Amino acid sequence: MDIETFFQNQNNKKQLKILTCGSVDDGKSTLIGRLLFDSKNIYSDQLSQTKIESEKYGTQGKQIDLALLIDGLQAEREQGITIDVAYRYFETKKCKFIIADTPGHEEYTRNMVTGASNSDVGIILVDATKGILDQTKRHTFILSLLGIENIIVAVNKMDLINYDEKKFKDIISSFKKFSSEFNFNLQKFIPISALVGDNVFQKNSNITWYNEKSLIDELEEISLNEPIEEEIFSLPVQFVNRSSSDFRGYSGTITSGKIKVNDEVQVFSSKEKIKIIKILTPKGESDFAIKGQAVTLTLDKEVDISRGDLLCSVKNHNYFLSDQFASHIIWMNKEQMIPERNYIFKFLNFQTIGKITDLVHKININSFEKIASKFLNLNEIAYVKVALNKNTIFNAYKNNKKLGSFVIIDQFNNQTVGAGVIEHELRRASNISWHQMSINKNLRSSINGQKPCVLWFTGLSGSGKSTIANIIEQKLHKLGKHTYLLDGDNVRHGLNKDLGFTDVDRVENIRRISEVSRLMVDAGLITIVSFISPFKSERKMARRLVEIDEFIEIYVDTSIEECEKRDPKGLYKKARSGKLKNFTGIDSNYEIPSSPEIILETKIKSAEELADEVILYLKQYNKI
Amino acid sequence: MKLSHIDKLESESIHIIREVASEFDNPVMLYSIGKDSSVMLHLAQKAFYPSKIPFKLMHIDTTWKFKEMINFRDETAKKYNLDLLVHINKEGVANNINPISSGSKIHTDVMKTQSLIQALDKYQFDAAFGGARRDEEKSRAKERIFSFRDKKHRWDPKNQKPELWNLFNTNIDKGESVRVFPLSNWTEIDIWQYIYQENIQLVPLYFSKIRSIIRRNDMMIMVDDDRLKIKENEKIEQKKVRFRTLGCYPLTAAVESDATTVEEIIIELLESKYSERQGRLIDNDQIGSMEKKKQEGYF
Repeated sequence: MDIETFFQNQNNKKQLKILTCGSVDDGKSTLIGRLLFDSKNIYSDQLSQTKIESEKYGTQGKQIDLALLIDGLQAEREQGITIDVAYRYFETKKCKFIIADTPGHEEYTRNMVTGASNSDVGIILVDATKGILDQTKRHTFILSLLGIENIIVAVNKMDLINYDEKKFKDIISSFKKFSSEFNFNLQKFIPISALVGDNVFQKNSNITWYNEKSLIDELEEISLNEPIEEEIFSLPVQFVNRSSSDFRGYSGTITSGKIKVNDEVQVFSSKEKIKIIKILTPKGESDFAIKGQAVTLTLDKEVDISRGDLLCSVKNHNYFLSDQFASHIIWMNKEQMIPERNYIFKFLNFQTIGKITDLVHKININSFEKIASKFLNLNEIAYVKVALNKNTIFNAYKNNKKLGSFVIIDQFNNQTVGAGVIEHELRRASNISWHQMSINKNLRSSINGQKPCVLWFTGLSGSGKSTIANIIEQKLHKLGKHTYLLDGDNVRHGLNKDLGFTDVDRVENIRRISEVSRLMVDAGLITIVSFISPFKSERKMARRLVEIDEFIEIYVDTSIEECEKRDPKGLYKKARSGKLKNFTGIDSNYEIPSSPEIILETKIKSAEELADEVILYLKQYNKI
Repeated sequence: MKLSHIDKLESESIHIIREVASEFDNPVMLYSIGKDSSVMLHLAQKAFYPSKIPFKLMHIDTTWKFKEMINFRDETAKKYNLDLLVHINKEGVANNINPISSGSKIHTDVMKTQSLIQALDKYQFDAAFGGARRDEEKSRAKERIFSFRDKKHRWDPKNQKPELWNLFNTNIDKGESVRVFPLSNWTEIDIWQYIYQENIQLVPLYFSKIRSIIRRNDMMIMVDDDRLKIKENEKIEQKKVRFRTLGCYPLTAAVESDATTVEEIIIELLESKYSERQGRLIDNDQIGSMEKKKQEGYF
């Protein structure tokens, strides 16, 4: 073979990323095994390894179990299910394929979303013996949500229904019925048998009534819509290259359109216009570069650009710089998503703290029904409003997948807990601006000879928070300081009387108190907050609302046994007998602070002595 | 103009390498001297051109690598002015751990896995690039591009972070780290095609020539130095062989071949019936052995 011809062919092959949706019972792993086997992308040592494993774990008797080529991790092989996303590679004469292999059960929806996020085409497997199931609808919905434009419905196990044309047609018409609202560019139906190989690579005489293409021919003919010419140019700045004194370049991957030397573009955050001097592509210096290329650009003048910024066309761009947007999200963690809780929101080249302010509705992914809810569980999909702490550059997902998507990260354990696609910007925030008042916090507090702060008491019910807080306020009063004490029980009689004790309500309870204490600090007061406040993330939220040195977290350290023994309000007794639900320490969690400013151990000292410790702290830090 | 498959892979890898340089304090590139490492190094140079690579390279030396590998490593470091660290597990050397009498399992564990963990702890790296590809082995197929390791460098395959779009979660706590695989989506043939197109220099062991070998455990092992004791029933043969992967010489099987150029290797590869890892002893010990090693901290 002539090597140059070979490379020419290789370079003409298009890259196609496919997602296979379906559960193990639908024969998904068998289909992928079949694709690899028939395209001759399996080496004989791998095949003989699979033969050994087939004898040990296989489900096909003496026959080689093609599914075992695919199921990667050992535990999964033993259980006979696919529980993660695996990537497979094979090629044909025309095409290089990357398959994302994901499980189909509802409890693995997050894995499917993960696979779909990087795919061009979705193959939806339908078991011919079962017809359209809830999971078929779910898979179709997710593909549409993730903006996949091409889908192929592969009706598998045709051999088991004697290649019955009528049953195949019935499946098509019921698929079309439920999917009419989704907008796919291309939607094809193919009767196959992955086990036997019918219509995967080879057209098969078993299915005489089917005159269309086989699965592989259909895939090879899909043309991906990449209208680079009409697109506006966008380059999210990923890395600033300036290690040598006379070179300053801006690196990143072009997410849409193209760029030429001498083009004028804008720095999106400052709207400053600049000209492109040099374009360094992976192939060296070039006059132009296009979408998908990782480039470094040099500019005609020195401007302030850092990671997180965007270089884009001066005209007709559709990007936003905002701190609020509406979005669809999927929740990927066992711990519930609670609105108003702080999370890290990670975009392509930027991350910031933010929260979901409104859970507008969640979506039943089997029936597409919209349902009201106060929180989200693992694998649930919802339409939400998001507010970020910082302005961020983004686009709607339908315009630019790379700049319209984000993941949500837990700020304490760094797990990726959710993912979202942006629908549109929300302008609400920019309409309400802060009024700068003439009399400010410093002026107010200086009259009293004090620096305002929050003394945030946290601890179990009955730990002694309110007792100590009360003594502190008396002492401060005697010293002529202006104070206010916000007590958990008291506030629940008024401001927060609409809230109960579920996790969601507890978060909202603390959010309101945090905002009130911020206003009181602004008023110049020493604000004493005495709430159980069981969750780290809400205490962190309260801390963020004021200046760094204005928040003093005081952990009242009393063991649950001791609190239960004291039980001043008889609440533990009620909780133990089941009369009181969601009681902290019994059936609701208390997260101990990891680094509070002050720890008060009630076992060793009296409330009076502990109050003096806090007063001493305030003097040491010049608060009073 | 349209980007070819290889162009797309190239840009994707550069994007990943730049992301690590942007988001981590102390990254390192693990350089194993093999063809994948050579491609990874080439991509890193492109990612930061005209500047120097802004992080160190590190080789975990088991002391049993082919001599030609070590020469090539040192020449490459000199030629490109690379910041190269070499780490050897001195305890392992003191205990005379070796691939011949200790066996492949113990040798790999002590001189590779443990040695790597020692080095990562010593230099406090928070991200380490590796040249592994998903098409190499089944358990690699499920590996993330940014793969999290706990404070003890363990991989938990059941608790991997979902990885969507090109959004990589780079948030870790002190003492934790990530392994980053910029070549995840490349296949063996892609690697060779890229080596050809970019004229990337490789260790000569990849190319066929007459070498001294013995036959042991159905494999051809090269006699690289006198530490390999020839048993009575073995004899040294002169064979025209090359290597599809490189590792510790007593554990790496040679294949008979006439391929002396990259072009010839590609043609040979296209006609081959065997996968490249077949020449590695460690994978054949038991079903799922790679997965177990990875959980313990192996690359």
